[in-house]
Amino acid sequence: MGAINLSQRGVRQEKRIRVSQPSTRGPSAFIPEKEVVQANTVDERTNLLVEEYSTSGRLDNITQVMSLHAQYLESFLRSQFYMLRMDGPLPLPYRHYIAIMAAARHQCSYLINMHVDEFLKTGGIAEWLNGLEYVPQRLKNLNEINKLLAHRPWLITKDHIQKLVKTGENNWSLPELVHAVVLLAHYHALASFVFGSGINPERDPDTSNGFRLISVNNFCVCDLANDNNIENASLSSNFGIVDSLSELEALMERMKRLQEEREDEEASQEEMTTRFEKEKKESLFVVSRAFDDDIVSTSDVSRYIEDPGFGYKDFARRGEEHLPTFRAQDYTWENHGFSLVNRLYSDIGHLLDEKFRMVYNLTYNTMATHEDVDTTMLRRALFNYVHCMFGIRYDDYDYGEVNQLLERSLKVYIKTVTCYPERTTKRMYDSYWRQFKHSEKVHVNLLLMEARMQAELLYALRAITRHLT
Amino acid sequence: MEKMARVTTALGGNTLTGRTMYCHLDAPANAISVCRDAAQVVVAGRNIFKIYAIEEEQFVEKLNLRVGRKPSLNFSCADVVWHQMDENLLATAATNGVVVTWNLGKPSRNKQDQLFTEHKRTVNKVCFHPTEAYMLLSGSQDGYMKCFDLRKKDSVSTFSGQSESVRDVQFSIRDYFTFAATFENGNVQLWDIRRPDRYERMFTAHNGPVFCCDWHPEDRGWLATGGRDKMVKVWDMNTNRAKEIYCVQSIASVARVKWRPECKHHLATCSMMVDHNIYVWDVRRPYIPSAMFEEHRDVTTGIVWRHLHDPYFLLSGSKDSTLYQHIFKDASQPIERANPEGLCYGLFGDLAFAAKESLVTVDSNRKPYPGDRRHPIFFKRKLDPTEQFESVSSSALSVFETEPDSSSMGWFVDTARRYALAGRSLAELCDHNAKVAKELSRNQVAQTWTMLRIIYCSPGTMPSANLNHSIGKGSTSLPLMNSFSLKDMASGMGSEARLDWSKGENRSENLLLDSSTTLITNDENEETEGSDVPADYLLGDVEGDEDELYLMDHENAHTEEPEYVLPQEAFPLRHEIVDNPSGPDHLQDKADSPHVSGNEAETVSLTPVESFSLISISHTLYESRLPPDFFSALVRDMLRFYAEQGDVQMAVSVLIVLGERIRKEIDEQTQEHWYTSYIDLLQRFRLWNISNQVIKLSTCRAITCLNQASTTLHVNCSNCKRPMSNKGWICDRCRQCASTCAVCHHVVKGLFVWCQGCSHGGHLQHILKWLESSTHCPAGCGHLCEYT
Repeated sequence: MGAINLSQRGVRQEKRIRVSQPSTRGPSAFIPEKEVVQANTVDERTNLLVEEYSTSGRLDNITQVMSLHAQYLESFLRSQFYMLRMDGPLPLPYRHYIAIMAAARHQCSYLINMHVDEFLKTGGIAEWLNGLEYVPQRLKNLNEINKLLAHRPWLITKDHIQKLVKTGENNWSLPELVHAVVLLAHYHALASFVFGSGINPERDPDTSNGFRLISVNNFCVCDLANDNNIENASLSSNFGIVDSLSELEALMERMKRLQEEREDEEASQEEMTTRFEKEKKESLFVVSRAFDDDIVSTSDVSRYIEDPGFGYKDFARRGEEHLPTFRAQDYTWENHGFSLVNRLYSDIGHLLDEKFRMVYNLTYNTMATHEDVDTTMLRRALFNYVHCMFGIRYDDYDYGEVNQLLERSLKVYIKTVTCYPERTTKRMYDSYWRQFKHSEKVHVNLLLMEARMQAELLYALRAITRHLT
Repeated sequence: MEKMARVTTALGGNTLTGRTMYCHLDAPANAISVCRDAAQVVVAGRNIFKIYAIEEEQFVEKLNLRVGRKPSLNFSCADVVWHQMDENLLATAATNGVVVTWNLGKPSRNKQDQLFTEHKRTVNKVCFHPTEAYMLLSGSQDGYMKCFDLRKKDSVSTFSGQSESVRDVQFSIRDYFTFAATFENGNVQLWDIRRPDRYERMFTAHNGPVFCCDWHPEDRGWLATGGRDKMVKVWDMNTNRAKEIYCVQSIASVARVKWRPECKHHLATCSMMVDHNIYVWDVRRPYIPSAMFEEHRDVTTGIVWRHLHDPYFLLSGSKDSTLYQHIFKDASQPIERANPEGLCYGLFGDLAFAAKESLVTVDSNRKPYPGDRRHPIFFKRKLDPTEQFESVSSSALSVFETEPDSSSMGWFVDTARRYALAGRSLAELCDHNAKVAKELSRNQVAQTWTMLRIIYCSPGTMPSANLNHSIGKGSTSLPLMNSFSLKDMASGMGSEARLDWSKGENRSENLLLDSSTTLITNDENEETEGSDVPADYLLGDVEGDEDELYLMDHENAHTEEPEYVLPQEAFPLRHEIVDNPSGPDHLQDKADSPHVSGNEAETVSLTPVESFSLISISHTLYESRLPPDFFSALVRDMLRFYAEQGDVQMAVSVLIVLGERIRKEIDEQTQEHWYTSYIDLLQRFRLWNISNQVIKLSTCRAITCLNQASTTLHVNCSNCKRPMSNKGWICDRCRQCASTCAVCHHVVKGLFVWCQGCSHGGHLQHILKWLESSTHCPAGCGHLCEYT
C-alpha cells in the first residue's frame, strides 16, 4: 500500500520536474548538464579511473560530478574501491549492506539502490533487503553506532564499542569494527555529497533483478528539487539586497583584510573561546525552518534503520549535560586516527590520509572570475566550520574568520548538507556564492563531505582508543 | 671544555640516587623536560603546567605555573623545554600557536616572560640552543620554523620548510649553526641558522610524518628519527647523502626518540598510539628491545633522561596523568622472555635449528656449513664489552638434511588425494576412507575408519557384507588370539623417538595406553607382522609380566625408515593419553561386557592372554546399542592420539567427516591448531585443491576466513603480455582494458569464462545465456564454442 503511494508520488513529481526544470537531466539536478559533460568528454583519465576502480563498471552520476576534480576523484575512488572490494576483514555483502544502512540514515535512495544491486551481485542474501529484522543480529547491533555516527557522533563512548566487541556469539572483532566504522562514515559523508550536489538517479535502472524497489527509486531526489513549499524568510530577504557581484568582491576584500590584519589583531583567549562558542551557537539558528522529524519515517528506506526520528541535535544546544568540546589537538587524524585505523585495517589509513590531504590542499587558485587567489583561508574556514558543528575545536583557529568569510546563506547550506543532507534544496544550493562556478561549488561539497567523514571517524576512533586503553 | 667539567662535577658531587616512583598529575601530560641539575622536572599539558622536585623517595610539587582564574590557551602546552644552561628559563609551545618563555626568577606569581605570537597554527616543538643562552627555535603546524632571540621582541629569522607542518626541530649538539627539522610529509631538512633562505639539505626519511628526531650526544653525525610508519632510523649525516645506518622496527608509531646518555648505541622510544610502553633499543639489535618500561596505563607522551651523563634514570609523563621515574635495574628485559631457539623446515625436509651456543653440545669435528650440509654450522656474534644487555653472546645454527628417501611422505599425499571428506553419507565416507587407507597398507587407520562407521552409523543401514570387506578379510586369516600386537601409530615420528617413549612410560601407563590403543586398533594383519616380530621387540621392561605385551614396530604401515634423521630434540615427547585416562578407564569398567559390535559371523576378539580387558565385537550386544554420544569421549581421545602421533591428517579428516557429532567435544583452539597444521602440510606438498577443500569444510571461523585473505590472482595483459600489477582488468602499460566481455563489451571484473578453443569469453552469466541460444562464439570468430 505504502509502496504504491510512494511510487505514484515519485512518478508525478518526476514529471513535474522534467517540465519545470530542464537542468535535472544529466548527473545532477543542481548543475546544468553541459557543465558536467563538457568537463567529462575532455577527461580521458576519468574513464580510465572508472574502469579501474568502479565497482559497478559504469560511470555513475557521482563520479561524473566528481570528475570536475579529477585529482581528487582518483583518491576518492581508490579508497572507496579498497573498502568495498580489496582485502578486508568483512565479507563483501556485509560491506554493501553496511553502506545501505549508512545511506538509509539520510534516506539517500540513490546510494541505497546502488548498493542493493551490489549487495546482490556479491552474493548477499536477498532476504536481508526486507529490513533489519531479517539480518543477523551481528549486523543489527551495528545500528546504534550507525545512528550516533550519522547524527550525533559526539555521543559515542567506549561503552558502545565495548558492547560490540564483547565476546559473545555476535561480537565484532576490532578490525571488523573499524572496517564497518570506516564504511559508515564514508557513506554518511557521501550521502551529504549526493544531496548537496543534487545527484540524479541513474538513468538506466538496471532491471536485471527484481529487488530494486521502484518506490524507493524515484523517491528522494524529487524532494531535493522540490523546495517550493519551503519558505525561508531569512534567505529570500538576502537575495534582493546584496548584488551578487559585489558579494564576491566583498568576500575577496574580507579575505585580504584578514590576511593583513592578522599580525596586529590580538584577540585575548577569552575572546577566542567566545568566538568558538558563538559560532557554535549561531549554527543553531542557521537552519530555522522547523522540520517535522517524522516526515522521513514513512519512506521505505526506514526499514534499514531503527529509530528513524533520531537526527542531528545541535552540539551547542546539548541541554543540561555538559559535553566537553573535542579538542582537535588532543586527537588528530594525522597523529592518532591514522595509526589506529591503519593498525586494525591495514592500508586504509594511507588511502584516507591521502584523500583528506588531497581535499584539504586542492586548489586552482581561482575564485569565480578571479585568478591567483590564495584560497587557503576559505578552505580552512569551510573545513573547520563543519568540525565546529560537530563540536571539534581547533585551538589555533580564530573562529571569527568563519563569520567573516562564510555568509549566512552559505552557512545555511553547509549546515543542511552536513547535518540534514536530505533537506538540501536547489534553492539553497543556488543562493550562496552566486558568482561562483559550479565546479567550485562541487569543490565546496567535497570539502564538506571529507570534513564530515573525518569528524565522524575522529569520534569513533577516539572511542575505540579509549576502549583499548 | 670547561662546561663539560662542570657537568661532571655536578654529577660527581651529586650522584643520582632514587627508585622507581611516580606521582599523580591532575591532568594528562603532553611533554616533560628536566632542569640541568637533574633535580627538577617540568610537566606540561593542556591543563597542567607544573614543576616537580625529584627527591629520593618521591616527586614533590614545587611550583604551579598555571596561574590566573581562567587560564588562557597560552597555557595549553604542546611542548615544553627547560634551558640547559639557565635553570630559570623555560619555553613552551602552545596549541594555539603561541611561543611563551617563562622566567622562574621573577618575583611575581606569574612567571610568564615573553609571548611570541607569530605562528599561525599550533606550535609542535620548541628547542633551546645547547650553548647559546638566548636562542630559541620553534616549529609549527603552519610549516614555518622561527628562531627567536630572547632579547628581542620578535623572531630574528623565519625558515620555510615549503611543505606541510613541522613536527620536530632540534639543534645539533656539536655543530653550532645546524639544526634539523622533521616534517609531516616524511622529509627531514637540515638548516644553517645563518641562512634562512634555503635548507642545506633534505632527504626523505619515513613514509608518513616524521614525529621526532634526536642528535646523538657524542657522535657528531648521527641523527635518529622516528615516524608514524613505526620505524626508528639512525642516519649518518657525515657523508654527502644522508645514509641510513640502523633501522629499528617498533610496533607502533614513534612519538619520541631520545639517545641514552653514555651508551653509544642505545635509544629510548615511546609511541603515540596503542602502545603504552617505553622501549630502550640497542640499534644494532633491532628486533627486540633491550629494556622495556611497562608502568604507564595510557600512551606515554614525554620521555627524558634525567641527567645528561647518567644512563640509568629515565623520566616519563603520560596521558594517564602520571609522572614516572624509571630505574634501569627495574626494567623488564624482553630478551629474557624471548625464545632463544628457532626451528624451521626447509622446502625439501631439511631442518634448521638455531640456538644459543651454550645450549648446543659442542661437537669437535664440526665443519662449516658449505662443506657438509649434515653438520651444524656456527655464527659468531662479536661481543661488545660495554654493553650490559648482551646476554646472548653467540648463537649456533645447525642444519640437518634429510636423506632422500627417509621421509617419503607418499602415503600422506596419496591419502590426502583420495580421501573423501564430504558429499556422501557418513557410512560411505568411512568405508571409502577405510578402503583408501587399506590400500596404502595403513591398516590401523583403515580400522579406525571402520570403527567410526560402526559407532556412528545405525546398524540398520549397515550392510554386513560391506563390513566384511573392511575387516572381515583381514581377520579371517587371523589366528584368533593368544598374542596380539599393539601397533604403534607413530606415523610422523622416527622409531627412536618411539623407543624413548616406550621406555619412558611406567608400567601402569603402558597398560592404560594399551587398552586405549586396543580399541582403535585391530590385529588384522597379524600374519604379515609375524615376520617382523622377533627383530622388533621393544619392551624389555614389561617382559615376563603376566600380561605379556608385544609392542611391535609396525614397519609396513608406513614406509619410513628407522634412520630418519630428525633430531629428537625437535619433538618433545608428549603422550597426552596418559593424562586423559577417562576414556580408557571407562572402557575398562565395561571391559567384561563386550560392546563394540562388528560382524556377527566374524567375531574378532582382542583378547590378551588372561586378565587383560576383553574387547570383543559382537553383534548380539550391539542390538542394545549405546548411543553414539557414549563413544564421543573415546573418539575424542582417539583423535588426540592421532594428532599427538603426528598424524594430524587423520585427526582432521575424522573431524570433518564426523562434523557435528564430534565437534563440540574438542575445544575450538585445538581444532584450529589441527586444521592449521594439516593445511600447512598440504600446502607444503602443494596439494592446493585439497587444502582448499579442507578450509572450506572446516567449521572453525578462524580457518574458513583463511580463504578470504590474499585472494589475489595475478594475470598478464592480453595485449602486451606483461603482468598487470595494479588491477586485473586494466593494464598500466598499454592503458587498455584487457578483458572485455564478448557479449556486452564491458570489462569483466569478476568471473571470466573463456573458450579454450578461440580464447574469447566474458561474464559467466552472459556467456551462459549466449550459448543457450547460439552455438557460435559471441565474438563472431566462427568458432563453435562449448560450455560444459
